[in-house]
Amino acid sequence: MIDLKSKTVEKKATREAFGDEIVELGRNNKDILVVDIDIGGSCKTTKFMNEFPKQHINVGIAEQNGAGLAAGLATTGKIPFVSTYAVFGSLRMAEQIRQEICYPNLNVKIACSHGGLTPANDGGSHQAIEDMGVLRTFPNMTVIMGADYHSTRKLVKQAAEIYGPVFLRFTRDTIPMIYDENEEFEIGKAKHLKDGNDVALIANGDTVHLAIKAAEILESEGVSVKLLDMHTIKPLDREAVLECVEIGKIVTVEDHNIINGLGSAVSEVVAEQGKGKVRRIGVQDQFGQSAPYEKLLELNGITVENIVNTAKELL
Amino acid sequence: MKDISIEELKELAIEMRKTAVTMVYEAQSGHPGGSLSAADFVTALYFREMNINPKNPKWADRDRFVLSKGHVAPIQYSALALQGFVPYDTIHTLREYGSPFQGHPDMKKCPGIDISTGSLGQGLSTAVGMALAGKLDEKDYRVFAVVGDGECQEGQIWEATQSAVKYKLDNLVVFVDDNGLQIDGPTEEVMPNQDLEVKFKAFGFETKRIDGHSMEEIVATLDEVRGANNVKPKAIICNTIKGKGVSYMENVVGWHGKAPNEEQYNQAMTELAGGLN
Repeated sequence: MIDLKSKTVEKKATREAFGDEIVELGRNNKDILVVDIDIGGSCKTTKFMNEFPKQHINVGIAEQNGAGLAAGLATTGKIPFVSTYAVFGSLRMAEQIRQEICYPNLNVKIACSHGGLTPANDGGSHQAIEDMGVLRTFPNMTVIMGADYHSTRKLVKQAAEIYGPVFLRFTRDTIPMIYDENEEFEIGKAKHLKDGNDVALIANGDTVHLAIKAAEILESEGVSVKLLDMHTIKPLDREAVLECVEIGKIVTVEDHNIINGLGSAVSEVVAEQGKGKVRRIGVQDQFGQSAPYEKLLELNGITVENIVNTAKELL
Repeated sequence: MKDISIEELKELAIEMRKTAVTMVYEAQSGHPGGSLSAADFVTALYFREMNINPKNPKWADRDRFVLSKGHVAPIQYSALALQGFVPYDTIHTLREYGSPFQGHPDMKKCPGIDISTGSLGQGLSTAVGMALAGKLDEKDYRVFAVVGDGECQEGQIWEATQSAVKYKLDNLVVFVDDNGLQIDGPTEEVMPNQDLEVKFKAFGFETKRIDGHSMEEIVATLDEVRGANNVKPKAIICNTIKGKGVSYMENVVGWHGKAPNEEQYNQAMTELAGGLN
């Protein structure tokens, strides 16, 4: 298992991973385009814009047109990455994504910073707690959130390589670096961080490092933990979830409303098996507010302590 | 562009109308009113103006056609059937299970459809994306989009418009089917558009208002627009009559999305065979 205690943990926002990787992608493939919606600075596309001005489009504050225009570009073989905040990139352009990107199954990527509670001091209006849930209900859509800088870079690269619509969600705030740069990731395949047989923890995005710490504590108390980084919530790695069903006790952790996110996706598989229990840790179906990011997590019980306690309750 | 006379185009417009009405009659479902108002310029585009190849519908250098007002699919399907993108008999399958002729255009099911549409206000953005890709790739193809006047109530139309102007898309030609009616009534009552030509011009388009049922005017305007590589996208506002060509449908709100019965259908076929007044 990755040992967070063993090293001084460096932190980085995963929007930086997008900003760095998209430059590499754009350099190697002139069909890679960025469609900005006026917030390129905070979505980290400025480097791309400066290096490849001909591959950069800015539609101004007009999300709906950004999504539709990207669909038109994709019909000609371009691979546009529409870049905005997760709350707008999911909800403001939801119908355009459905009608003009997912319905015709076009090769458009929606790459969004400010996922979950990470735009903490911006307040509840800017915190995206429904985005992954809404988009996972669209046929043809793939929904991804990497757990740290390096995994996010790998997943962005893969998103460019697979055909079809992908929603990628990044953090605004910094989160611990978990993986080293040589670690490999596959869209649709959970990252197995630890095997165990008493309880399973399934986390994604900015909560994976919390689940790792919780697993360490549980292990130190003699509890055998299986731990998964479920970076892709759609298509969900059903096989990995079924392994957790064998254990029968599952705690999901996510920076997203507990309705319709990772916890729901896992619960759907578990319910179909008719055995096993799931406890969902995540945003408690309530809007956020301006506060430090850690405070917001705490208000929703998205903490190492709560993961540990919830797991113990299941034992 | 193809060499074809105005008279031949008028004959084809008759076939287009008859085909579209037949489709809606047989399906007992669909949108005849707006199909008929758009019939003449769609005929001119498909049979004269656009560089397209029914044998190679995905030809990379083809002109694109975006039916932003996707509910009038029957008029586009008529063109595709008459041109041979699909067997002509496909017209008997409108809205049937498994048909390439879905209720609204579906690019995954029907050859010759460049983008799926149906949700109003969205098609023009996709047309802008296609035109922009053409500029980026230094290709000569053009993109023709058809939007309804009611559809111009959607804010996204104006988002798309401003981006077409910003990116100097003189390879984009927008036909506005200004028939003055929408589902709930006259556009002037439901939500007045003011003057759509003035609006498009204010956004930076090159504009012209024409009689959308005059094949002579349509063809002359397309000839004008063809050579105008002047960095401006074009909007051709067409004064049209909803239901044009079928007397009892003309300017009647109720014929937006209704199928004729047998008697009405026979009357429509007789009237349409005579051409436009």
